[in-house]
Amino acid sequence: MTILNETSQDTSIPTVRSGESEATLRYYSASQWQLIWWRFRHHRTALAGGIVLIVIALAGAFAEFLTPYTGTTRNTEYLLGPPQPIRFWDTNGFSLRPFVHGVKTERDPVTLRPLPVADPETRWYIRFFTHGDSYTFFGLFRSDIHLFGTDEGFLHLFGTDDIGRDVFSRVLYAGRTSLSIGVLGVLIAFVLALIIGGIAGYFGGWIDYIIQRLTEIVRVAPVIPLYMGLAASFPREWSTEQVFFAMTLILGLVGWPTLSRRIRSQLLTLRNEDYVTAARLAGAKASRIISVHLLPAFSSYIIVDLVISFPYMILSETALSFVGLGLRPPAISWGVLLQEAQNIRAIQQAPWLFIPAAVLVIAVLAFTVLGDGLRDAADPYTVTGS
Amino acid sequence: MTTTNHTLLEVRNLTKEFPLRKGFFNRTQGSIKAVSDVSFTINRGETLGLVGESGSGKTTIGRSLLRAIEPSSGKVLFHMDEGQTVDVTSLGMNELRTFRRNMQMIFQDPYSSLNPRMTVRDIIAEPLVVNGTSNRTEIDAQVRDIALRCKLNIEHLRRFPHAFSGGQRQRIGIARALALNPAFIVCDEAVFALDVSVQAGVINLLQDLQVELNLAYLFIAHDLSIVEHISDRVAVLYLGRLVELAATPKLFANPFHPYTEALLSAIPEADPDQPMRPVALAGEIPNPANPPSGCYFHPRCRYAEEICKTTTPEWKEYQPGHFAACHFAGELALKGVENVKEGEA
Repeated sequence: MTILNETSQDTSIPTVRSGESEATLRYYSASQWQLIWWRFRHHRTALAGGIVLIVIALAGAFAEFLTPYTGTTRNTEYLLGPPQPIRFWDTNGFSLRPFVHGVKTERDPVTLRPLPVADPETRWYIRFFTHGDSYTFFGLFRSDIHLFGTDEGFLHLFGTDDIGRDVFSRVLYAGRTSLSIGVLGVLIAFVLALIIGGIAGYFGGWIDYIIQRLTEIVRVAPVIPLYMGLAASFPREWSTEQVFFAMTLILGLVGWPTLSRRIRSQLLTLRNEDYVTAARLAGAKASRIISVHLLPAFSSYIIVDLVISFPYMILSETALSFVGLGLRPPAISWGVLLQEAQNIRAIQQAPWLFIPAAVLVIAVLAFTVLGDGLRDAADPYTVTGS
Repeated sequence: MTTTNHTLLEVRNLTKEFPLRKGFFNRTQGSIKAVSDVSFTINRGETLGLVGESGSGKTTIGRSLLRAIEPSSGKVLFHMDEGQTVDVTSLGMNELRTFRRNMQMIFQDPYSSLNPRMTVRDIIAEPLVVNGTSNRTEIDAQVRDIALRCKLNIEHLRRFPHAFSGGQRQRIGIARALALNPAFIVCDEAVFALDVSVQAGVINLLQDLQVELNLAYLFIAHDLSIVEHISDRVAVLYLGRLVELAATPKLFANPFHPYTEALLSAIPEADPDQPMRPVALAGEIPNPANPPSGCYFHPRCRYAEEICKTTTPEWKEYQPGHFAACHFAGELALKGVENVKEGEA
């Protein structure tokens, strides 16, 4: 571009503030996204939330490789076994290679039931890139290499459930399901909201009026019974995948009104901005006005809205699965895991079954904090200077 | 109203009504006449000042001329250089889009009138791009040229609007309006969001551009002193109706309408020792949804008589080029402002 590279030699042009620093120049020619990023960077908690989410998402995406077992592998020697802490030393000395204590079976003195108990005399060393359960990765290639595992014995970082499945592995697999339900649910809600709110906001008038009343009807329906009614209509014989997609659909169908309202009000405000009028007067077609002036102007808000709606989706899924109306075993989601943990025995004897709840709380908090930070950063034009 | 070869824009009986909606079902219950029966002409290279209180319909007129809002009735005729006349009000959407290159607008608020997501270069280039200039180097050359005319620093073109002050932003807005080389520009309170010192700069720029490019302006304002400075002729609007239109020196020295007199008397003097004697206007500007009978101004007019309450005064040319809508135009001894600079054009 000639304009950018040429420096004007014309002396009649006043050179305004010629002594501008590199940083000022960079700020002046920064695009919207750069400004958002610069402001977001200063928001430490939001940044941390973002990193936590990336970690959780990656853990879910590569669950097969990161976990020592598949989510359904049963270890009959270690039923309802407590977490095995990773150690570098014990009474027998220090080891550079981390290990866990072996397990021996004892009888409960009262009930005489077999109880797995850690045996401090044996060491099971943790090895990396071990061969274990085989899996297909992204449906593309088969492998049996896991990031870590043990050569002898077994390794359950978060313990096992009552039929001997590894809780750590299941938490990771569940994260994948819950996050993808959240993503898909938000996407469905977003597409619906964009179409419905977009039509209402762009055209306004009686179209807007009718759409708003319909939206209100959906909004006033109490959510929990609505979820329950919809979820109860799933046939029992549906496969896990079918239930999964039906769930995302339900979450999307219930979630669009809030988003659609926001999109509508954004459009209504933006439509009357002078620069939109200016574009119209310049002869721009509706398609150009929408794509160049309206969409970019509200994209930052929409992204924030989406991020903020994720936790609601995830919580809704969890709640539904918790009451037994959402995903059902053998599907693994955080809600399913918590549903399995909801008995007095788990609370009393196996508190590690609630680790999924902790992970859920962390994920939801991370989303909320991230959304908060994004919202603050999203409108770089509210504050000038800095 | 007579038209000459110099006439660029002719407005005939322009009316804009906004429906008043009320109640649960948004039924239309009456309407507000924001602009009623307004007629005037604008010559090539001329500035017509349009003055009125807020709510008098100034902006509505400006936007209706460009059909940024659709006028309810009336005609806007645009006389092209080639001698043909285009009826702007009857153009179809597509014709209108291409025709708008002839008339552009400068907005009041320099902050909301520039898309914060586009660089200055893209903002100025937009009219060129949407009107089919696709060659990048050509666009760049034109943008450069316009930017220089508007006294913008070429090096600033790649910056975003957030880097600029109000005055600079307004220059960018002017540059955008000039991009298509229009013959007519509506300046909708174009300098009133700016500091006084910056106002002067922008006004001078507008005047320089007018001379260079033979532009006609409709200069909408509520501040008579600026209007006096820039306008060749001034039109005074009250409650959506024109009450007076004349050449600037004439209107200032010898107003025909009591409302104009009141406005003129409110211009502050530069001399602080000079006592101000504004003609006090009784009451508020009436509600346009429920305007008074007869002459809209009669409840506030100190010369009002019985006829003013019953009959709407006719819009007439009382002296050559001096229009007014008052039953007693020319008969009242109205005070103007002394020391009007002659030949302000």
